[in-house]
Amino acid sequence: MTLTINDLKAKRQFADKTFRIATLLGGATILVILALIAYTVAHRSTDAFRLAGFKFFTGKRYVPNASPPVFGALSFIYGTAISSLIAIIIAIPISLGLALFTTQVAPSWLKRPLVALTDLVAVVPSVVFGLWGVIFLAPKIVSVYKNISNWCHGIPVLSTIFGKTGAGRTFMTAGLILAVMITPIITSIAREVIETCPQTDRDGALALGATRWEMITGAVLPHSIGGIVGAVMLGLGRAMGETIAAALVIGSSAAITANVFSSGDSLPSVIASQWGEADDNGKSALIAMGLTLFLMTLVVNFLATAIVSRSTKRMQGAS
Amino acid sequence: MTAVLDHVAEPSPSAALLEDLVGVSGRRRTKNIVMTALMALAVLIILAVLVLVLGTVATKGWSIVHSKFPQWFTKDIPATARRVGPGMNAAIIGTIVTTATATAIAIPLGIAGAIYLNEYGKRGVFARILRFFTSVMAGVPSIVMGLFIYVFWVLPRKEAGLTGLSGAFALACLMLPIVVRATEEMLKLVPQNLRDASFALGATRSRTTLTVVIPKASAGIISGSLLAVARAAGETAPLIFTVSVGASAVRKANWNVFSGPNTSLSLQIYSNAKETFAGAQERAWGSALTLIALAFLFTIAARVLSARLSRNS
Repeated sequence: MTLTINDLKAKRQFADKTFRIATLLGGATILVILALIAYTVAHRSTDAFRLAGFKFFTGKRYVPNASPPVFGALSFIYGTAISSLIAIIIAIPISLGLALFTTQVAPSWLKRPLVALTDLVAVVPSVVFGLWGVIFLAPKIVSVYKNISNWCHGIPVLSTIFGKTGAGRTFMTAGLILAVMITPIITSIAREVIETCPQTDRDGALALGATRWEMITGAVLPHSIGGIVGAVMLGLGRAMGETIAAALVIGSSAAITANVFSSGDSLPSVIASQWGEADDNGKSALIAMGLTLFLMTLVVNFLATAIVSRSTKRMQGAS
Repeated sequence: MTAVLDHVAEPSPSAALLEDLVGVSGRRRTKNIVMTALMALAVLIILAVLVLVLGTVATKGWSIVHSKFPQWFTKDIPATARRVGPGMNAAIIGTIVTTATATAIAIPLGIAGAIYLNEYGKRGVFARILRFFTSVMAGVPSIVMGLFIYVFWVLPRKEAGLTGLSGAFALACLMLPIVVRATEEMLKLVPQNLRDASFALGATRSRTTLTVVIPKASAGIISGSLLAVARAAGETAPLIFTVSVGASAVRKANWNVFSGPNTSLSLQIYSNAKETFAGAQERAWGSALTLIALAFLFTIAARVLSARLSRNS
């Protein structure tokens, strides 16, 4: 059998097309998986939503083995919000300081070690931070909490936020551990955004007589604020979804209180800790909490991605 | 500094100008110094936390890993949390087989997806949608991945669904977006003129991609993938629902990912950290040290590869 030029051409085109379709399928699995996540998780949640109704989002009580079971997830939603909020408040100054020091202050030989330091924090598995938090940090930090609580005694607002405590596993401890865990992600995005600030802007500020800090506030930060906000929101999304570290240090007792030194519970942590004992309805309720968490992080990440991509587009246009 | 202040103390219309000419005023300079110090403080804080965490894990973990040297890696996990002594064989094997299986699933898919994005889709509508959903998927909490695989894969199979493979599926879901992003970044770095040269010789796009683009980007792709592997090896949440009923259910090593429940170092740390017994906590520290050593090994390998890449090109 002899092959003509046209046969060869057809064969080549066939191979090319097959390859194209194969890579397309590889990419399309992402869409398929996301669709499946949304569908299957929502589908399995219906039992819990049918039993609890809208009370699922407004009820504070969660008693899975009562009959009928009571599924109120509000205190867990609150715990997720408050612990990630604490984490963000602590992580913002540290991440920004780290990113600015690395890009604007550090001599060039120090830059690579500083980047490596940040990456190293990201490599430590979350369960290890959790282990350290529960066995090492929590027992030691109780006295710190007690001191802060005593200082704030009698001062309005502060005495509510930093109230009475006797526990090491609290919203605050969870917030601290989460802050350490999200610092690398905020730092590395903030660093990338800051580095897109044109050298001419920085030189211009310095030439006008600005100190380094004035150069940062006058030229670097206005330029990169959009990207930094996006980075912080990505960090927030990560903090909300982080399970194991929070599950170990948050204290596992449902509570809605403004006192950050109180034990509480969050959505991911209650899913992980109650899974073993849950019956079918209980599992459905926990999956429904997973769905709630999924939607919460989806909204936050959605906004974050939009903000980051808009600000990078604008910056590319500017330079 | 004070000299400068003294100099401009007398009020005159040119005071501000003079101050600028002579140098930065005291208050501005102090502010600059204070803010620089605060930035340095941020570095010190994160360094201190890292040293503290790694130091605790190293000292507490080393005592059990070292004093019970071969047994730590070879013996089964003790039957009760109360018991003192080593044995993490099952967890080490479990971590290795589930992570390896997840890698075998996620990396080919991820690389294929990235090739589509960078070589075929480019700025097209579908490629943009895909890129957007890749970053959405990267933000899905790991525990949701675990719940998804539980509902989708484990539940229809009941007890028989609790295998290393199920855990690997959950980990692969976690790795996929990371691999796609890292690979696309690496493919972007390959110069367009290499592709053009290949086309000019008559090669098709598929041949160009496989023989010119991928080899050029291979070191970067491998290092990006290894980072994803390191991340997956340390994950706990996706495994809670997928590999066994309770973390203590598996004591003996299970090399078979397709059948029988499994365990992992991360699951063992999680369950032992909740115990109050000294023996269990000791095993948790030992497992943490082993896990960190594994994760660092992958990360260092990734760094060496990427350093080699940047030297070559």
